[in-house]
Amino acid sequence: MQLQQDKNVNTGDGCRTAAEIVSGMKQLPGALLPVLHRVQEIFGYIPPATVPTIAEGLNLSRAEVHGVISFYHHFRTEPTGRHVIQLCRAEACQAVGARQLEKHITTALDIAVGDTTESGDVTLLPVYCLGNCACGPSLQVDEEIYGRVTPERFDALLNDLGAGQ
Amino acid sequence: MIRVYVPRDTAACALGADAVATSLVAEAARRGADVEVVRNGSRGLFWLEPMIEVETVDGRIAYGPVSSGDVPALFDADFTHGGEHPLALGKTNAIEYLKNQLRVNFARAGVGDPLSLTDYKNQHGYRGLQRALEMSGQEIVQQVMVSGLRGRGGAAFPTGIKWQTVLDTPGDQKYIVCNADEGDSGTFADRLLMEADPYQLIEGMTIAGLAVGATQGYIYLRSEYPKALAILNQALATAYADGYLGPNILASGKHFDLEVRVGAGAYICGEETSLLDSLEGKRGMVRAKPPLPAVKGLFGKPTVINNVLTLATVAVILEKGAAFYQDLGIGRSRGTMPIQLAGNVKRGGLIELAFGATLRQLVEDYGGGTASGRPIRAIQVGGPLGAYLPQHQWDLPLDYEAFAAVGAMLGHGGVVVFDDTVDMSEQARFAMEFCALESCGKCTPCRIGAVRGVEVIDNIRANRQRDENLILLHELCDTMELGSLCAMGGMTPFPVRSAVQFFPEDFKTAAG
Repeated sequence: MQLQQDKNVNTGDGCRTAAEIVSGMKQLPGALLPVLHRVQEIFGYIPPATVPTIAEGLNLSRAEVHGVISFYHHFRTEPTGRHVIQLCRAEACQAVGARQLEKHITTALDIAVGDTTESGDVTLLPVYCLGNCACGPSLQVDEEIYGRVTPERFDALLNDLGAGQ
Repeated sequence: MIRVYVPRDTAACALGADAVATSLVAEAARRGADVEVVRNGSRGLFWLEPMIEVETVDGRIAYGPVSSGDVPALFDADFTHGGEHPLALGKTNAIEYLKNQLRVNFARAGVGDPLSLTDYKNQHGYRGLQRALEMSGQEIVQQVMVSGLRGRGGAAFPTGIKWQTVLDTPGDQKYIVCNADEGDSGTFADRLLMEADPYQLIEGMTIAGLAVGATQGYIYLRSEYPKALAILNQALATAYADGYLGPNILASGKHFDLEVRVGAGAYICGEETSLLDSLEGKRGMVRAKPPLPAVKGLFGKPTVINNVLTLATVAVILEKGAAFYQDLGIGRSRGTMPIQLAGNVKRGGLIELAFGATLRQLVEDYGGGTASGRPIRAIQVGGPLGAYLPQHQWDLPLDYEAFAAVGAMLGHGGVVVFDDTVDMSEQARFAMEFCALESCGKCTPCRIGAVRGVEVIDNIRANRQRDENLILLHELCDTMELGSLCAMGGMTPFPVRSAVQFFPEDFKTAAG
């Protein structure tokens, strides 16, 4: 599996970057979430190797940092594929065929929700509401949100990513 | 020079508004037409998005839904002067869906560039703050109290009473927290307001700060709203630069700082005490009340925590006066309620009306029935913790008390329409599944109850000891409703019970 992985993560450099992030933000009240967001923005996920650095910098225990990371769906501790597709699974999208769309997507990508394709092209994640509830089914591909996504439209989007089968 | 408006709102962009804007600029250049494209907010007529508007001598003329491929034909039809075209919708203000609304919170939405402070001020913006600067904290709280405003996040607690408590509680530091963690499926009013009229929220929060003596505010925004985040941050920077925020607001000597904090995909953080823990950098665990956040809130300090619409409304109340707001609505539900019409509906969007309209008027007159063309079977009101209403309840007036009286809730005003292909046992199962996924885990009825709820509904659906399991499901719902610490576990039984009670046939045929 080829995953997008920052080459510095498992060396000391990843931790130095995490340390820089922490030292720049630790004066913020309740700094942990902003720090974790920044780390994930830079690495694409929160490398477990950065946890001790974050904990030490914010004067927290590693368990506390781990507890926060694992509480929030948004934070990931593993790298994703080159593209991330977030599929809305909530009621307003269910009412317009999100369950059928999910079946189509998992079949097309040959993975379950939460997994990454073997090629490392796409990670498929669930999301519970993108706030586009009048124009579902909705999904997000990397930074872009799409509405009224039919199976055909999904295939076209996948094709545009160059990640088709 | 001709001005053409193309919304930059999430829903408009999800349907191709960016491509339309690009095509308009390119096509205008190709034809040598002097066109300025303004990225406005959305009017909330989402079924018409991307809806573009052109400014003509007769007012603004709308076209929609426009795709980038339509752009050359629109130029051919002389749309820049309001020319006829199959996508022409006539004057924007005359579109029935919009004309029949009572826009108070959303009066400015979609009119101008959401980031233009000049546009905001030209449309009555910051008049509320001007008035507030001439008042004492108690006088501001009194205005909010008299207006009858109740929390728009869902719980509908009287805002004035909450503020009075914070004002009366001594504290070296107080906070204003805006709950912008709009996680209910079927809701988008907060997002629309933040993307279309961000200064209204900023103004409302500043007034709240003056009212209770808080110098720091936070907007806790869900991470699923990246466009709202970008817009809010730019609007905050402008408000600071122009002296509307900071240590000396409009040279009054009054101080209020405001920043956005981003959530991380936890539905439970829409619950106010969980949100406060999250803002403090912790797991979003629900706190036991008392102490109320008004007494011991963020970092243990007295805190006003209100929804986006609640805080934004304060700017209107201070501008137009408490009586203006109080005069709208019915019973104890005063003012207007922005209803969000979503799911399987032909004309989905935002409908702001005074309290009192019926659900049927909304889904039939405004919504035009289902998008699929099939009959409506169930309507879920109030998000994932709201009941599924069958046909005989669609004549209920939209009013907090009327909904509560039948075991439903208006909540944040999300209305999700389902057609007759819906399997209500699957929806009931989802309610439990969602609760299991999103429970903070602090109290047992919610943490374990939701997991057991999924199992019990699976047994019913699989026809395993169905009658016994239906009784068990009711008992489980009792336990969750009566024993949970917050609305997550306490109200998950609403959609479950309503599905079982009003759509029993879906629990009798084995689905799998």
